[in-house]
Amino acid sequence: MLEIKGLTAEVDGKPILKGIDLVVPPGEVHAIMGPNGSGKSTLSYVLSGRDGYEVTGGTATLNGKDLLAMEPEERAAAGVFLAFQYPVELPGVGNATFLRTALNAIRRAKGEAELDAMQFLKLARERMKALSMNDEMLKRGVNVGFSGGEKKRNEILQMALLQPQLAILDETDSGLDIDALKIVSEGVNAMRGPNFSALVITHYQRLLDYIVPDRVHVLMGGRIVRSGGPELAKELEAQGYGAIQAAA
Amino acid sequence: MTVVAQPGAAGFLARYQGLKDHLPGARLPWLTALRGDAAAHVAARGFPTRRVEAWKYTDLSPVAQAGFAEPLTAVEGALALPKPRCAARAVFVDGRFRADLSSLVGLTFRAVSVAQHLDALEGLLGALAPMADHPLTALNTLMFEDGLFLDVPAGVDGGHLELLSIAVDPGRPFAFHPRHVIRLGAGAKLTLLETAMGGGAQYLHNPVFEIDLAEGAVLTHGRAQGEGDAAFHLSMIHARIAAEARYDTMAVSAGARLARMEIHAALTGPKASCHMNTAQLAAGRALVDTTTGLDHAAPDCASRQTCKTVLAGQSRGVFQGKILVRREAQKTDGYQMNQALLLSEDAEMDSKPQLEIYADDVKCSHGATIGALDADSLFYLRSRGVPADQARSMLVQAFLHEAFEALEDDTLREALTAVVDGWWARHGAAS
Ligand SMILES: Nc1ncnc2c1ncn2[C@@H]1O[C@H](COP(=O)(O)OP(=O)(O)O)[C@@H](O)[C@H]1O
Ligand SMILES: [Mg+2]
Repeated sequence: MLEIKGLTAEVDGKPILKGIDLVVPPGEVHAIMGPNGSGKSTLSYVLSGRDGYEVTGGTATLNGKDLLAMEPEERAAAGVFLAFQYPVELPGVGNATFLRTALNAIRRAKGEAELDAMQFLKLARERMKALSMNDEMLKRGVNVGFSGGEKKRNEILQMALLQPQLAILDETDSGLDIDALKIVSEGVNAMRGPNFSALVITHYQRLLDYIVPDRVHVLMGGRIVRSGGPELAKELEAQGYGAIQAAA
Repeated sequence: MTVVAQPGAAGFLARYQGLKDHLPGARLPWLTALRGDAAAHVAARGFPTRRVEAWKYTDLSPVAQAGFAEPLTAVEGALALPKPRCAARAVFVDGRFRADLSSLVGLTFRAVSVAQHLDALEGLLGALAPMADHPLTALNTLMFEDGLFLDVPAGVDGGHLELLSIAVDPGRPFAFHPRHVIRLGAGAKLTLLETAMGGGAQYLHNPVFEIDLAEGAVLTHGRAQGEGDAAFHLSMIHARIAAEARYDTMAVSAGARLARMEIHAALTGPKASCHMNTAQLAAGRALVDTTTGLDHAAPDCASRQTCKTVLAGQSRGVFQGKILVRREAQKTDGYQMNQALLLSEDAEMDSKPQLEIYADDVKCSHGATIGALDADSLFYLRSRGVPADQARSMLVQAFLHEAFEALEDDTLREALTAVVDGWWARHGAAS
């Protein structure tokens, strides 16, 4: 269970998150919607531990463990996974090497046996097939020369391999055509279960037709200004953020 | 008896006076004349100071101030050598050929000691190595005792050969100056893996290579510089590349407290080409220097050069790359890229690319980047559970291995990768 209480954070001395309260129980998928610049990516970086995002108050725990006290790799080992809005290209690092290194690091941290190259390939191919990814993408540099959609699929592949307890998907839908959107959504839905929860960050309601959330939260100006059921997304789609702002 | 060697160029000249009747080829008039010339150059110039443009960034005063003696003659018997990477290997201990440690039988070309075949080297040795602008070439010419002479006849594929230089610790500073002469006839081929290593003594390894490639010859030259931590490595290659010939070098420079690998290559016939890829690494207070000069003297030639530098601790890196395109060298295709990764705030990189173009129809480009490890890349890896040290290691290796991506020869790639990995294992985690 993810529990965020009174979380405030700043970037370059500028307050961005101004008191976030949010609980995502195990097994639930929550959507976070909000206009550009409202602090959605900032929240995802604060939870995953990126440098330069200074927490000035509040707490964030996953299953009772204090996330904010951990290094990024410790958070990953504790079950946090961030699907980046802009996945990073790593020229010279082979995608297969990257995926296996990450998987084995997580397995080590969990006290599980590492996978050798053959075992890894078998597993990776299986997961890639489910995401309609070409095997050839294992041979390339991480995200190098990948199209926007391929990068997002590569993020979902990482999630499928690492099996996190909490996935934060930061605008995973942006830049995807409808087919890719369906594939990615199926990838996320396949993860759903009692030990998996997710924060699905999106700008548009469209993604939530495919990944139907348990709750929807609206983030504006660094605060959650409204929460509701899946119907809230539809309302936003129809009325825009302006109406919410006016009401808040 | 303790011999306290006199420092500087004067020390070398004094020892030359004492040794000259005993140096190999002392009775050959052409060589006596050449050594006489060298003595004049060394006497006139000595060790270059930083006021000399080509040595602006690399301070040789620790070399000049050290008093080096020649290595003792009597390193004999078995030595712990690294496992051979090629079936054929020429082994040099303290700059001297050791037939007993080498395996050169069954070769399709001549691979012999320079000292024992000086008769055959008149007109070859010294032909490509001008001393006027190259004080260390002059010093080498003055003092060389041995080297490897490779002569691959026209049309012959010589396969792979390893050239291993190993410095054995005699307990006092010593210097050796091997002179290697490599000749490939028209259409001949050779893959050479050169390895330089040594113990913890203070020593100077000052090899000069003269490489002459006839029309259509192809020399692939892998270089693994892993000298001891207190060593000075100052190597010089003078290469002449005839029409349609190709000279490819891939070097890792990862040892010595001061290492300069310098190459001067002249493309003298149409469609000649030259690739130079270097990965140079330094930690602590070491300095690594890659200095190159490419002389495009004929039309339709191509040169490609990449230099990757990784600096940890308080180390310094230098890259100097000059491309000269002469008036007659139309349709020249020249490319140079030099990238440095600074792993510490105290490390420093100096780079000086230089294009001098007199032809009007050429394509020449160069670029340079200097920076720290990319924070976004590091975070990306760590967010996937990869510990910080391992993430840094992966990114540094990626940066370096890119230099060898194009390397098709497995033997060379494995040898060079091993030097990089060894360096990282010793210095990476601390950086
Ligand atoms: N690295 C950064 N440096 C400076 N300002 C930043 C940085 N990251 C985010 N911001 C600022 O924080 C605010 C929220 O940004 P962000 O979290 O990216 O919003 P969203 O993801 O909702 O579009 C914006 O005003 C943005 O300009
Ligand atoms: Mg964002």
